[in-house]
Amino acid sequence: MDQILVQTLHGVVNGMVLAMVASGLTLIFGIMDIVNFAHGDLLMLGAFVGASVLGVTGNYWLALLAAAVAIAILGAVLQVTTLRPLIGRDPLTTILATFGLSLVMQKYALWQWGPSVRRISEPVPGDFTLFHIQYPWYRVATAVLAGLILGGLWLFLKYGKYGIWIRATTQDRVMAQAMGIPVPLVYTAVFAIGSAMAAASGVLFGPFAGVTQTMGFDFTLRAFIVVVVGGMGNLGGSILASIFVSLLEAYAAIVVSPAQAVIVSFIVLVLTMLFRPTGLFVPTPK
Amino acid sequence: MVNGEAGYNSWRQRGRRVTPVLEIDDVAVYYGKRRALEALTLTVGPGEIVTLLGANGAGKSTTLRAVSGLVRPARGRIRYEGRDITQVPADAIVAAGVGHVPEGREIFPEFTVLENLLVGGHTVGRSQLGERLEAVFRLFPVLRDRRPQPAGTLSGGEQQMLAIARAMMLEPKIILLDEPTEGLMPRMVAQIQEIVHALHRDGVAILLVEQNVPLTLDAAGRVYIMEKGAVRHHASSAELRADQRVIHEYLGV
Repeated sequence: MDQILVQTLHGVVNGMVLAMVASGLTLIFGIMDIVNFAHGDLLMLGAFVGASVLGVTGNYWLALLAAAVAIAILGAVLQVTTLRPLIGRDPLTTILATFGLSLVMQKYALWQWGPSVRRISEPVPGDFTLFHIQYPWYRVATAVLAGLILGGLWLFLKYGKYGIWIRATTQDRVMAQAMGIPVPLVYTAVFAIGSAMAAASGVLFGPFAGVTQTMGFDFTLRAFIVVVVGGMGNLGGSILASIFVSLLEAYAAIVVSPAQAVIVSFIVLVLTMLFRPTGLFVPTPK
Repeated sequence: MVNGEAGYNSWRQRGRRVTPVLEIDDVAVYYGKRRALEALTLTVGPGEIVTLLGANGAGKSTTLRAVSGLVRPARGRIRYEGRDITQVPADAIVAAGVGHVPEGREIFPEFTVLENLLVGGHTVGRSQLGERLEAVFRLFPVLRDRRPQPAGTLSGGEQQMLAIARAMMLEPKIILLDEPTEGLMPRMVAQIQEIVHALHRDGVAILLVEQNVPLTLDAAGRVYIMEKGAVRHHASSAELRADQRVIHEYLGV
């Protein structure tokens, strides 16, 4: 029983970080119909930028902010130069383009920061005892911070003037254009927001397992799974699916190794594709 | 005199000194290799109601889409209040005062009624927003009570009202109305007709695409009959009422 409660906390913490990654991916897909295979690599670059800023300033929160801003700008530049010209083309073209960007970013990180693992020290030190197990405060703080960032994103989308632009463009881009919403600018802004979310996730995740130039692929894959399970383009669904899948993995890790527990995610993905391809966390289409 | 003719005649009486709200001059539009408009020329004066009549595929909706910047002409010029807007982005055209109500009651169904109106008035400053909403609710009282309701749950007629109300949020000088009565019950058609008259009384010019011939002849000052992407006939609604052979010839009604 104790183990189940600990694993529940573990699953929720991992789920919140994954939700931040997936929210960016699903926003970008929802508005532009682009599956961004470079999303995890934006996370990886954000983590490296965060680690570098932390190394220079010693301030974790400044590193978090700097990484989010730097990668948001990079995301905006990539959208304008690489993806905007491809809008309306065959989806395979954009998939290949983002896959190419992913490789470029990985090789750049290898060249710039080398192959060794970079550490990001925890900004919130110390542990607390939970059922005879020492659990780091930083993990709990990460879940809370991720929740606050996601809540802020939700409030922005729901009540912000530019949030309404984004939601309107997601529903019907031609209609949004007819209403005078600058749709190309909205596309770029959403890509920048998604990139910033990925970068912040990278810095938040950094203290868990270190930063390497290959860490992005795993996040892209896991975020893609939860975006499909949650319903493509559905922000709330992706957040719920992130926690759901992470909890299942955490519970599976009680009986199998954590590496084997990942298989649970793939099983959920396959079952979703077979029986409810619109996603588990979207209302049943009437 | 029928409603729309008042604006038409007053504009004509002022002669060429008054700049038309909208001038389309020799415009051609292509979708890929398919020609949608060819050498289209028409004008809409201040406060005037002009109707485009024609069978499906005649190019009426494309004309409206070209004016609001949703498609780019391959040739020709479009001027709004004398300013060339042929290559101006759609958002700048809307901000300048061109409202577009597309065909098919295209509202944002997942938004509430209020959110739809806020999208329509997104360039209006915060200080003026309440005033604009009040003005729109005076014109469409039914929407005032439906503010928190998801727009997708409104009736067809109410959705059409919302689409027009949304375009009105920007206080446009011209509204492009694309088949506003399509698929509506006769009672709702009469309401939409009344709204068109109310907009006209407020001095808003209207470029109306309509298949409903009686409504067209009642509302419009002038009528352009289109076929295969070009204007085949141009007359005042009074002339067409007096001699409906042209309508029979082109529309078969």
